[in-house]
Amino acid sequence: MKRVLPGLPGTLGFTLLYLTIMVLLPLTALVIRATGIGFSGFAAQMATPRVLAAFRATFGIAFLSALLDTLLGLLVAWVLVRYRFPGRRLLDALVDLPIALPTAVAGIALTELYAETGWFGAPLAALGIHVAFTPLGIGVALAFVGLPFVVRAVEPVLADLDRDVEEAAATLGATAWQIFRRVILPPLWPALLTGFTLAFGRGIGEYGSVIFIAGNMPGVSEIVPLLIVVKLEQYDTVGACVLGSLMLLASFAIMLTINALQSWSQRRLGN
Amino acid sequence: MATSLSTSGISRRALIALAFLLLLVFLVAPLVLVFTRAFGDGLEAPIAALREPDALAAIRLTLLVAAIAVPLNLVFGLAASWAIAKFRFRGRSLLVTLIDLPLSVSPVVSGLVYVLVFGAQGLFGPWLIGHGIKIVFAVPGIVLASVFVTLPFVARELIPLMEAQGRLEEEAALTLGATGWQTFRRVTLPNVRWGLLYGVLLCNARAMGEFGAVSVVSGHIRGLTNTMPLHIEVLYNEYNLPAAFTVAALLALLALVTLAAKSLLEWHLNDEPSTSSR
Repeated sequence: MKRVLPGLPGTLGFTLLYLTIMVLLPLTALVIRATGIGFSGFAAQMATPRVLAAFRATFGIAFLSALLDTLLGLLVAWVLVRYRFPGRRLLDALVDLPIALPTAVAGIALTELYAETGWFGAPLAALGIHVAFTPLGIGVALAFVGLPFVVRAVEPVLADLDRDVEEAAATLGATAWQIFRRVILPPLWPALLTGFTLAFGRGIGEYGSVIFIAGNMPGVSEIVPLLIVVKLEQYDTVGACVLGSLMLLASFAIMLTINALQSWSQRRLGN
Repeated sequence: MATSLSTSGISRRALIALAFLLLLVFLVAPLVLVFTRAFGDGLEAPIAALREPDALAAIRLTLLVAAIAVPLNLVFGLAASWAIAKFRFRGRSLLVTLIDLPLSVSPVVSGLVYVLVFGAQGLFGPWLIGHGIKIVFAVPGIVLASVFVTLPFVARELIPLMEAQGRLEEEAALTLGATGWQTFRRVTLPNVRWGLLYGVLLCNARAMGEFGAVSVVSGHIRGLTNTMPLHIEVLYNEYNLPAAFTVAALLALLALVTLAAKSLLEWHLNDEPSTSSR
C-alpha cells in the first residue's frame, strides 16, 4: 500500500467539472426559477384544478401500477430464481424489454394494441372495458415500463434465501401458503418495497409511453410531465418550472427512500 | 432440496406457464404488433417510408446524437469510476448519488432544465442570442439533453466492478515500473472490458431511443431537429401509421439487439470478478 495510484486529481476534477456543467448547473437553474416567485406565487400556480388533477392522476395511477408490478414482478422473479425450465434464459432477457424499448415505440404500440379496434382493445371493449384514451390506459403503460424494476430488485434477494428454513417449516407441517407468508415473504419486504418505489418513481416521470395512450384530457387523463410540456408550449415558463421543481423534489424523495430501503435490507441480511 | 413449495409438480408448471403468459401478453405483444404493422404488407412500403428525406434526416440525427453522447459519457464514466472506485475521499457517496440522479429525474424535467439555461429567456439566453448561437430548439440542445439522460450508464456499471477488483493489480504494475497511463491501459481497462461494453450498450440504446427530454428541447422542425423517436410521433399524429411503425420497428430492432448482446455480456460479467481476482 506504499505506492499511491496516480490520477486522482485529474479524474476527480474532470468528474466534478462534468457533473457541474451537465447536472448541477441546469438543476440549480430550475430551482432558482421556481423559488424566485415566492411562496404565494408558487401556491397560486399549484392551486388550479387542472394542476391538482394532473398530480392526482399521475401519482395515483403510478401508485396502483407499481402495486400491480410488485405482484406480477414477484411471480416472475420467483419463477426465474426457483425453477429450471426450457426457455428460462429467454424469459429472463424479455423482462428487460420495457427498459430497452424506446418509450415512443412502446407508446404507439400499446395504443394500437388497446384501442377499440386493437388486438386486446376490441375484446375488452366488448366487455365494456375501455383502456386506450382513459386513465386505465395510463395505468397499462406505467405497469409496462415499471415491471422490470420489481423483478430485478427481488431476484437477487430471493436467490440468497436460505431454503433450509422452508424445508424445516414444511417438515413441521406448514402448508405452502403458510410457508410463503411466514417464511419467504418477511425477508423479501425490503426488496419488494425497493422494486415498488423504483417502479413508482419511473411511473410519475414517464412521458413517452403514456402520452399516446392517455387521451390527455385535462382534469381526467393529463399527467404532470405532459402538463409541463403544455405550459412550456404556451410560454408559461414559470408554471412549467413550478411543476418541474415539484417533480424534481419527488425524485429526490424517491432516491432517499431507496437508499434507506437498501441500508435496511443490508442490516437485515447482516443478521 | 425438495420442498413442498418449490417442486410440487402442478403449482410449478402452473407458475411457469403463468409467468410466460404474463410476459407474452404484457411485454411481447406490443413488440409483435410493431413488426406486424411495419412489415405485414410486404417490404416495399416500409423501404419507401425509410427512404423518405425526413426519415433519413431523423436517422442521421439519431446516429449523430449517439455518436457524440456515447463517447462523452464513456470518457466521463472511466474518469468517474477511476476516482470513485480506486480512491477514498469525503463526499464519495454523494458523488455516486449525483451520477445516478439523471436516472430518477423525469425525462421532461431533464429537457426543461436545458431550456432554462440555454433558452431565449434562460440564464445564458440573451448572451447566446447576441452572439447568434442557437442551442435550444436546435441540434446542440438535443445533444445536451441526450448526454444528460445517458450520463449514468457507463459509470454505474464500472464503479461496482472496479471496486470489487480492488487496486492490488494496479499497484503491482506500478511497482514493476509501469507508468500510470500504462497501468490503466494494460491492467484496468482489460479487467473491466465487458462491464464497459455493457454500459456503452445501455448508454447507446437510451441515447438513440430517448423521447421526453429530447422532445422538450427539439422544437420539432421536420428534417432538421427530429430524431427517430420524435419522427415517430410526427408520423403517428399525421395518421401515417405504416410509416410510424416502420421507424418504430427499426428502433425495436435496436432494442432486441441490445437485449441479446446484454444477455451474452451477462455471462462474461458473471465470470469477470472471479477471473480477475484469481
